[in-house]
Amino acid sequence: MRASSEAPAPRQPSRLWEAVLPPIVALAIAAVVGDLLILTFGEAPATVYALLVKGTWGNAYGIGQVLYKTTTLTCTGLAFALAGRAGLFNVGAEGQLAAGGFGAAVMGMLLPSALPGVLAVPLCIAAAMATGALIGLLPGWLRARFGASEVIVTIMLNFIVLALLNWLVSAKIHVPETLHTPAVTAGGVPRLSQAFPVFAGSAANFTLLAAVAAAVAAWWYLFRTRSGYELRAVGLQPDAAEYGGVKVSRVLLVTMALSGALAGLGGINFVLGYKGYYEEGFAGGAGFLGIAVALVGRNHPFGILGAALLFATLSQGGLAVNAIVPKQLTDILTAVVILAVATAVPEVQQQLRKAAAGMSAAFVKKTRAGA
Amino acid sequence: MMVLAFILQALRIAVPYLLAAAGGVMSERVGVIALGLEGLMLSGAFGAALGSYYGQTPWAGLIGALVAGAVVTSLLAIATLRFKANQVVVGVAINLIVVAATRFFLRLVFDSASNSPRVPGFGGEGAGNAMLASFLNPVVWIGLAALPLLGWVLYRTPFGLRARAVGEKPEAAASLGVNVMGLRLKGLYIAGALASLGGAYLSLDQHQFTDSMTAGRGFIALAAVIFGRWQPTRVAVACLLFAGAETLQIQLQGAQLVPSQFVEMIPYVLTIVALAGVVGRSVAPAALGKTE
Repeated sequence: MRASSEAPAPRQPSRLWEAVLPPIVALAIAAVVGDLLILTFGEAPATVYALLVKGTWGNAYGIGQVLYKTTTLTCTGLAFALAGRAGLFNVGAEGQLAAGGFGAAVMGMLLPSALPGVLAVPLCIAAAMATGALIGLLPGWLRARFGASEVIVTIMLNFIVLALLNWLVSAKIHVPETLHTPAVTAGGVPRLSQAFPVFAGSAANFTLLAAVAAAVAAWWYLFRTRSGYELRAVGLQPDAAEYGGVKVSRVLLVTMALSGALAGLGGINFVLGYKGYYEEGFAGGAGFLGIAVALVGRNHPFGILGAALLFATLSQGGLAVNAIVPKQLTDILTAVVILAVATAVPEVQQQLRKAAAGMSAAFVKKTRAGA
Repeated sequence: MMVLAFILQALRIAVPYLLAAAGGVMSERVGVIALGLEGLMLSGAFGAALGSYYGQTPWAGLIGALVAGAVVTSLLAIATLRFKANQVVVGVAINLIVVAATRFFLRLVFDSASNSPRVPGFGGEGAGNAMLASFLNPVVWIGLAALPLLGWVLYRTPFGLRARAVGEKPEAAASLGVNVMGLRLKGLYIAGALASLGGAYLSLDQHQFTDSMTAGRGFIALAAVIFGRWQPTRVAVACLLFAGAETLQIQLQGAQLVPSQFVEMIPYVLTIVALAGVVGRSVAPAALGKTE
């Protein structure tokens, strides 16, 4: 079973407009759908959008919540993009994120509570990334060894991992009568509000910096290291890469492990930065949303930061407008953006390319005629 | 009697899997990855509740399911066939859209965040034996017949031959005068109709639509397609196996022998095992996912 893994990887942008265009086209399409849905509900689109902006970027709490959601989405977006660059579809970020959070919580429980935070936090981060990497490694290995489609394996692993974690927190490592682990006592990640009191009440925390650092590291790795070059080579032309001396199956393994580690890092945001414990269901779809983030960010680490901000705004915005229209409005818009990026954008690019070619041909003809 | 009850329950549980998996086989055989099965099922479940609620008869529910399924299939077809978008991405997006859209319309139509009011379903009500009465449901029979019928269509009819050709070697099929796009479109709509009937079974059987009620069944159906190596008979066996595992899980829940979460994992673990080639190398339709 190899076919679904041979699905064409998203096209990588080569020019600036190819990178900027997708979000604009996608947002335009989403705006039209959004207007229609709002009108169906009997509300004025302008009112709803005003409320959406006011509830997100209109106040410090809203901004803090957006930044909090951006943090997790950056991690899962990077996870999908890194795999995507190697031609792999890691649909398993949801499970890897949850597992990472659980790994961090367990490490936090095991560490003596007297351990200073500067030591405890890195250990928890390492545990989160290692757990995520482990979950990512299995589909990578099955793909490299047996040619098993990582798409299906990661989807199935999501169910398995979530069921396993569910069993652990409902029967083994849990506070009785709850579905969460005991709180981590050996230090957490400070909230942004401790440095900027204006964010008071919001969940935003310094994991945001880790996510940004991860984006920079991913960019460095992909575009400035030999290993990253090999990864991209495998994504573009696996056969040519193999012929050129790249050990493709090793790259697949390393990539899936790194991808899982990035998704796992996202678990820190909730476990150490917000609640202090692992709770069943904390991932809440952020793993799947990472696919959208990576697509709109064109699999580029910095594009992903922007896309994560966009989807975090939509997600938080849904809560802000829920009083007058169902908050699922923004979930629909999120999915429409994905669909639009996947369909309309390549089409628009193709038309633009055709138009550009036509114009240059006409120009050549004209100058020749002039000469 | 215990055994009979077990078989009857397993058959009932298998119905939505059989229908969705039949859709999955059809879709993948013509070359389109069936990652959107979950969304197609959920839209069918919602359409069925809507139709049955307004028509006050489950037959209107079936029409509602087919209409909703056709709408989602059209979206899928436009994205994958017209725009040749990446099929994995489209599948994921379709599933997200349907989850969000059914919640949105649940609140718009029924003013509820979690479920629809009670809607009419097939048979069962007031009948003596509830277990047997559930077999008065025509969807059960459509479900049991779907895969054998599909097998006959795929291997014994000109349409089936062309459909398989389009999924294996579209260029060759095209050079023989087969309308590749037209056949893929037909295949997709058949797939959409089957999967949405699978969803309709759920909401009509429970007499209401509940938020995200398909609960991963579309993915399990896809697993059954791969496990059954895209061959209707094997896929049907896989569906019955998964349904049997689920029935066992329900029956064991009372006994508390194994934590329910572990029984829950069985179909997913089986799928991975199947993919790793432990039960024999499986080969997907050669043109799956390629619509260039």
